[in-house]
Amino acid sequence: MRIAVFTTCLVDGLFPHAAAATVRLLERLGHEVVVPSGQACCGQMHVNSGYPRQAAPIVRNHVRTFWPVAEGEWDAVVAPSGSCVASTRHQQGRVARQAGDPGLARAAEEVAARTYELSELLVDVLGVTDVGAWFPHSVTFHPTCHALRMLRVGDRPTTLLRAVGGLELVNLPDADQCCGFGGTFALKNSETSSAMVADKAASVVGTGAEFVTAGDWSCLMNIDGALSRLGAPVRSVHLAEILASTREDPWRPPARRGTRAASAASARTGRAR
Amino acid sequence: MSARDAVLGAVRSALGRAPGAPGPAPADVVRGYRAATDVAPGSEGALALLADRLLDYRAAVIRCRASEVAATVAAQLADAGAVAVPPGLPQAWLDAVRASGLTVLVDAPGDLLTARRLDGTGAVLTACRVAVADTGTIVLDGGPDQGRRVLSLVPDRHVCVVRADQVVASVPEAVALLGEHPERPQTWISGPSATSDIELVRVEGVHGPRDLRVVVVVD
Amino acid sequence: MSTYLGMPAVPPKPATEPVAPLRWGPTFPVAAHDALADGQMRTNLRRATRTIRDKRLHVTAELPDWEALRDAGSAIKADTMQRLPELLEQLEAAVTARGGTVHWARDAAEANRIVTDIVRAAGAREVVKVKSMATQEIGLNEHLEAEGVVAHETDLAELIVQLAGDRPSHILVPAIHRNRDEIRQIFASRMAEVPTGLTDDPRELAMAARAHLRELFLRADVAISGANFAVAETGTVAVLESEGNGRMCLTLPRTLVSVVGIEKVVPTYRDLEVFMQLLPRSSTGERMNPYTTMWTGVTPDDGPQEFHLVLLDNGRTRALADEIGRSALHCIRCSACMNVCPVYERTGGHAYGSVYPGPIGAILTPQLLGLESRDAATASLPFASSLCGACYDACPVKIDIPTALVHLRDRALHDGDGAHPSAMGTAMAAAAAAMSSGGRFRWALRGLALAGRVLGGRRIRRLPWPGSLWTATRDLPVLPRRSFRDGLARRPRGTSTGAGRGAGGDAS
Repeated sequence: MRIAVFTTCLVDGLFPHAAAATVRLLERLGHEVVVPSGQACCGQMHVNSGYPRQAAPIVRNHVRTFWPVAEGEWDAVVAPSGSCVASTRHQQGRVARQAGDPGLARAAEEVAARTYELSELLVDVLGVTDVGAWFPHSVTFHPTCHALRMLRVGDRPTTLLRAVGGLELVNLPDADQCCGFGGTFALKNSETSSAMVADKAASVVGTGAEFVTAGDWSCLMNIDGALSRLGAPVRSVHLAEILASTREDPWRPPARRGTRAASAASARTGRAR
Repeated sequence: MSARDAVLGAVRSALGRAPGAPGPAPADVVRGYRAATDVAPGSEGALALLADRLLDYRAAVIRCRASEVAATVAAQLADAGAVAVPPGLPQAWLDAVRASGLTVLVDAPGDLLTARRLDGTGAVLTACRVAVADTGTIVLDGGPDQGRRVLSLVPDRHVCVVRADQVVASVPEAVALLGEHPERPQTWISGPSATSDIELVRVEGVHGPRDLRVVVVVD
Repeated sequence: MSTYLGMPAVPPKPATEPVAPLRWGPTFPVAAHDALADGQMRTNLRRATRTIRDKRLHVTAELPDWEALRDAGSAIKADTMQRLPELLEQLEAAVTARGGTVHWARDAAEANRIVTDIVRAAGAREVVKVKSMATQEIGLNEHLEAEGVVAHETDLAELIVQLAGDRPSHILVPAIHRNRDEIRQIFASRMAEVPTGLTDDPRELAMAARAHLRELFLRADVAISGANFAVAETGTVAVLESEGNGRMCLTLPRTLVSVVGIEKVVPTYRDLEVFMQLLPRSSTGERMNPYTTMWTGVTPDDGPQEFHLVLLDNGRTRALADEIGRSALHCIRCSACMNVCPVYERTGGHAYGSVYPGPIGAILTPQLLGLESRDAATASLPFASSLCGACYDACPVKIDIPTALVHLRDRALHDGDGAHPSAMGTAMAAAAAAMSSGGRFRWALRGLALAGRVLGGRRIRRLPWPGSLWTATRDLPVLPRRSFRDGLARRPRGTSTGAGRGAGGDAS
């Protein structure tokens, strides 16, 4: 399959290793990967913060960038983020309509219909649950609210994790409880957000797992930030990084891998013809 | 402008309707839920479910045959002292209650029992209109064998006789029956009075009858 | 209340600002600051909300057609809103035909005046009350008190709140923020004829309330209630409750006044088959609430012989005018949304500064009051959510609360007169410019990568405001030295694969 990666703005800027892992994983599974260079953001932050009008040009850019998937040039779009995929499915059409652009709304919906969160793509589209990964550590999984409730990914991520060689999946108590991130909520209501992430961090620490993982670096950044402040030894890693890890090319901390890892991949940036 | 016209005008305006413009026809609401179940009224399944739900609420459930109702209700009322009854109960029940030494106070039209009188009455005996197995609910709608709402409210023990054929499985089945006379005052009773106001923990017995006994008549 | 004098200390109560029941106190973050510091309250809330969550999940999972019931409930409510004028007129006609009297109230003051006049005409100096959100919303008790009429709350939790001089913090369990020991203290110090040696056993506390209220029920001439549903087709009004205090009020007094929001109307009697399943299971997590009373006008010799229905607007038509926000009017006041809300669980209801707290309050209160005034406290409510969506999943009539919250955030920021520049608005505009082109976004990320190189692999542990809002409790991740796109661009380029004309939308 020919698959376009929607990196998401947060991963592109702050967690490039998660995008690189997504590319490595898909190429290892035999797919052709495209990373369109015109992409930037889905508009979720603006919509959720009360600025839907400012989100309209962001949505327009996103839809234009990923339109080839609607024309069959690519088979699917994948993002290593549940909330960004949820935004494409549940928010972009509304933003476009509110901006008085029903054509953009329809186009957004067509693109969104072929856009998948990573575990959805693997399990539903590519039909694979054992991706041949190897990650010999104990791991606890935080499902993230938007993947859980807006995308209904269900047990897809844990099914994938259970098939990873050497991985011990440790149950996270109160897993379905929000970590308190919520985008600008973490700033606007920082004390409430802090109280929420403190409980989540305590749950994670209580599992005794070496790693905490999630399908979304936004929530994971929040949990990781609290764990780091506590001085907890638990390390945070994106689901894609675990699934990309193999015996031959095992997971390494991002600082040691850097973005050079991406150069191992044959992914191509999309360019105008 | 009257408050009535102002409020109705504001509603129309909020809906973007011009004054005098007609409203839309009722929407075709999809009712995909169970309007009926495959559990027949009065079936063993319905009776067992009703009993299970009532016991969960800590109500008492006593099963008897039609020939045993009078003796059964008399036994359930045994230590009540005085028993209030609606005007239309079978005479045989009243005879049995009186025979066991209890005072029977009939809430007769023209000689209604006051709330204070009922407050000093140990128990009330009624029939019911319908019972819902799924939710453990008995519904009284003021028929002659059920009486005024106050009767089943003030005395501390309520003995309610339910005929097996009155036990339906689900709420929609009961609402269909009750809808034949929606104007009648209804009391839906699901177990004894209870509260969950302290730490959301259910405690039985506050203002309504603390002791609910349901006599289910099978035959 | 003279019983307050010289009494032992009762656990501290929250903000006691003069009553503006729909909205009082500071902004949500400021109020939450105090609430978060109250460890006892958080413990009480955690225990109570978790108890009710488990019960609700158990009894909703039991029904094979739960989702179909939710869909039907949602559809009935949407239909009701579309036909509200006709349904209200139908309700009025049906109630009147059965001997009831219907009144209309534009706002709280008008409703309070109507009720006071009815109480006066009945010659009563005291009334008994069934727990009702509508009468709390209009501040009826306080109004009656000012008019020389004592209003006795008879629901156990309302009684606790009233005795403590407290404020409700939950729409179903107003004293949810109190534990059993605090309730024992409140009863012991403030209830007349309290049993000696009262313990904190919930059953004992309930019995004390029973004894305290029985005489009131027997002597009251006037009762005041709200309603859960009012059926347009038949004029039937329904009140669901648990303790029997509702039945006492709805049955014993000669005169009954029900104050009902105009959105509580349902089209047909049959619709009750839906809501009588949705509401109890969603609210107390029971298959059915212990008692429901339904009445239609006046029944000779049975129950109140005078019935007044007060139909209340008080901002509801304002909410109705908002096509997205109007879904808040579908609410059947079950409280499931607050019981599952992670924000509510930590801050409690008082932080919302309204009789309607929690997720539904965060969308209902600002709409009832309107957002045009840009009152900071009201405008802060739609932001009091992490948008986790647990409320939407729990709502028995499928109100899409997250979508309404986001929509009302926009209104809170942009309603009213012209532009209101803010630091956040400026930052968002700058971000939008960067994020609507791949090329511009690349340059923005280069700035970030530059910072990453300066930091050299260290985490950021402290930032000035507003970054401090994050770093007060959380570290930032190690910034990468290069964005993903710049990392890709550095490696040898592959042959063209038809990455798409759409892919080249930027000028990079």
